[in-house]
Amino acid sequence: MADKVLMKGNEAIAEAAIIAGCRHYFGYPITPQTEIAAYMAKRMPKIGGCFLQAESEVAAINMVYGVASTGYRVMTSSSSPGISLKGEGLSYLAGADLPSLVINVQRGGPGLGGIQPSQSDYYQATKAGGHGDFRMLVLAPASVQEMADLTVKGFELADKYRMTSMILADGTMGQMMEPVSLDYEIAKAPEKPWATTGTKMEREHNIVNSLFLQPDELEKSNNERFERYKYIEENEAMYEEYMMDDAEICITAFGIASRVAKNAIVEARKKGIKVGMIRPITLWPFPNKPFEKTIGKIKTYISVELSMGQMIDDVKLATKCSGEYVLCNRVGGMIPSPEEVLAAIEKANGGNK
Amino acid sequence: MIYKRVTLLCGHYGSGKTNVAVNMAYDLKSQYSDVVIADLDIVNPYFRTKDSKDDLEQRGITLISSEYAGTNVDIPAMPQQMYMITDNKNLHAVIDVGGDDRGALALGRIAPAIMEENDYEMLFVINCYRPLTRDAESTLEVMREIEQACKCKFTAIVNNSNLGNETTAEDVINSVPYANEVSKITGLPIKCTCVYGEIYESVKSKIKDVFPLNLQSKIN
Repeated sequence: MADKVLMKGNEAIAEAAIIAGCRHYFGYPITPQTEIAAYMAKRMPKIGGCFLQAESEVAAINMVYGVASTGYRVMTSSSSPGISLKGEGLSYLAGADLPSLVINVQRGGPGLGGIQPSQSDYYQATKAGGHGDFRMLVLAPASVQEMADLTVKGFELADKYRMTSMILADGTMGQMMEPVSLDYEIAKAPEKPWATTGTKMEREHNIVNSLFLQPDELEKSNNERFERYKYIEENEAMYEEYMMDDAEICITAFGIASRVAKNAIVEARKKGIKVGMIRPITLWPFPNKPFEKTIGKIKTYISVELSMGQMIDDVKLATKCSGEYVLCNRVGGMIPSPEEVLAAIEKANGGNK
Repeated sequence: MIYKRVTLLCGHYGSGKTNVAVNMAYDLKSQYSDVVIADLDIVNPYFRTKDSKDDLEQRGITLISSEYAGTNVDIPAMPQQMYMITDNKNLHAVIDVGGDDRGALALGRIAPAIMEENDYEMLFVINCYRPLTRDAESTLEVMREIEQACKCKFTAIVNNSNLGNETTAEDVINSVPYANEVSKITGLPIKCTCVYGEIYESVKSKIKDVFPLNLQSKIN
């Protein structure tokens, strides 16, 4: 039998999490990510894990806080409106320097919005997951295989830096089915001497907390955290470059938008247009380096997004506003077609030729 | 293929029921004039029978689908025209039921009339490349859950084992012992083994009752 299995993106996340050693899942159903919870409900009891449908998203994220405090790998998942509800908990996790994995399978917004795919939580994930100065590691898969791979990676990074890793997927990624290989060598999780595992009367007790009684101590904890963030920005950025060697036009896109863009690039290349793509895989840290290399070489950047234009801001910052910037987008649950992206490429190239 | 008046398709979600249903409707249409395909999926938000609406209508096949399918109305709604299937005995119908026991619940509403008429087949769509139905035993577990939820018994198996776009002839051939094992422990005959058009030629002489599929929808 083949080594691969046919999985939905949501299932791939759930199974990869189990393989990575996650035995605690807390969630609340919401389309289009419900299969993660459904899969966990089926699998966890069979492997001695815990699946718990919480009474709300707020409850689920605080259960994550509890398990993370004990040092075990733990996750929750939701979709856009549910992630907003988790915002307070995400801030508390950051304040207490707890590792966790949070999945956002985005849907159209704002408000209750819709159930069709979207990428409009980019700002929320990369800049404002909750109150206070903090960051999350944000990973953006563009295939079912990457849904699984980045889940494993997300747990590893979360443990390494004592942070929340967020998988920022979209409804299409969650629902589509592709063959995946789940053959992973899982590294042993690092020691967690800070975890509340019981003192056995052999050590001082550990405290997991985000409240500081003295402002100067709170300032110090913020500064220390941002030293860590600086290191991550320099060392953990991930991206894919596609046909960038001789490119004069640069597409930027992540997740499902990058797949549509790839098709358009192939068509544009047939017409002799020198176009390539930089696909950020980590949205935070944003991969500045490949963009810096393009300054002076690229005249137009086309950001393909399922939002009103959010990542395009980071593209402008990374390229120091050195080019022209075009947004090619659809919103509200709609996906740009390869033809729409091709039209934007042709326009940037000086009209139809 | 030979069909009863009503063909019900159930199985673990992601087994390819919708794709098989659409292709069986095409096949039915080549034999009968009055053909209906009904989408009774109350679980799946995306990738629905309705995605093939234009193609089905062009071929003169009537599509019965919840008017909310493919919209943002996230409720488990049943299409109101579904009673047409049991009321009008002149038509032939394929019913695409939602995945697992949760999806099969929807069938309970029209199951008594279908049982009473007793001119139906209930097909169990199986795929050994799905992670939760990789062997006969776990597949049997899903089957029992579905039968309990919809209060109907399966009559045959459809082996739809595939790995999506990457499916090779070998993958299909390798799934035959699995399908035979499911058949043995359930006592159900195998109605057909489904293969995508491109590999149909290379497996048709090697497997009994091969049913060629045309892929319904694809994302690049």
